[in-house]
Amino acid sequence: MEIKMDLISEDKINSMGSTEKLRFILDGVKSGNIVILEGGLTSEEQMKLIELTMTEVSDDFPGIEISGYQAKRSFFNLRRKPRLTVIGPAKVMRTIKKDKDLISAVVSAV
Amino acid sequence: MKLRKRRKGILSRLLRALFFRKVPAKIGIYGPPNAGKTTLANTIIHTFVDENEDIGVSTEVPHETRRAVRKEGVLIDLKSKSVQNPYLNVSPDSNVTSTAEQKPREGKSKLKLDIVDTPGLATKIDFHDFMAFGLEEKEAKKRAKEATEGVIEAIKWLDDIDGVLLLMDATEDPYTQTNIVIIGNLEARSIPMIVVANKMDLAEAAPQRIADAFPQHTVIPISALKGENMGELYMEMARRFR
Repeated sequence: MEIKMDLISEDKINSMGSTEKLRFILDGVKSGNIVILEGGLTSEEQMKLIELTMTEVSDDFPGIEISGYQAKRSFFNLRRKPRLTVIGPAKVMRTIKKDKDLISAVVSAV
Repeated sequence: MKLRKRRKGILSRLLRALFFRKVPAKIGIYGPPNAGKTTLANTIIHTFVDENEDIGVSTEVPHETRRAVRKEGVLIDLKSKSVQNPYLNVSPDSNVTSTAEQKPREGKSKLKLDIVDTPGLATKIDFHDFMAFGLEEKEAKKRAKEATEGVIEAIKWLDDIDGVLLLMDATEDPYTQTNIVIIGNLEARSIPMIVVANKMDLAEAAPQRIADAFPQHTVIPISALKGENMGELYMEMARRFR
């Protein structure tokens, strides 16, 4: 079984509204894809994505696996800039190791 | 728009803190499933309310708490015997951030709080995981459905919370996305928090790993089950959530 990966540019993500962005990601993940976002999602967006995911959990879709680097502080340490976020279906993706600058995940076809 | 909303949240919190803080602060106990949130809530209630009263049931099955439960008006009295008991204040890990030496000021030893025990936050809920604990398929699916609703409820409670005890299992890797997302959200909303490294009574517990992962936050190691080091946690709560 093949697993598709979508690498989405920061420009593409920034061109979407908040709801549109989350819908786009979740639709991709529910289709079985692994979505990698350049620029990443903020903590608030990730929380909203978890909330949206929970409304759509079913027998066939248990949820998502999400991993990302901690946001970098910029602009006099006030603004938090997310870096990269990886989201995949929990059924096929599992993070095995994670620290500040490394995400190690396994992807296995079901 | 988002920024304005966040500023408004911070401003209203500040105004409330300055002029309208008549009602007890609502302190949410947050964390991933099986970190010991309900055990901690029960320990707090046993210490300050009634030793026979439980806020909820804690078992080894994840997502046992599927509805947020609020206990109103819990009076944290730092001079009560159970807090002063030296056995309960022993911190075996001296390297972890410790604030136990700082004693509360005279007349500031009591604090009334509402304690909110929230369902565990998770990004996935698979009914098969419940079947592994012996539940029938139908019951497991029902529990999974309730657990998803519980996660949503815990997230929604963040809008009404004044402070958070973020519980982590000291035997597990703390650098999970769930922990990072909760901390990021609390920081963005300027909600004061204490990171609590639970299960320090277990041999494999490494609370220092939590302190290293989140160096910007105070980490208090405890065992909610055995009541170890609770005095230090109560003192930090009195300082942080007053």
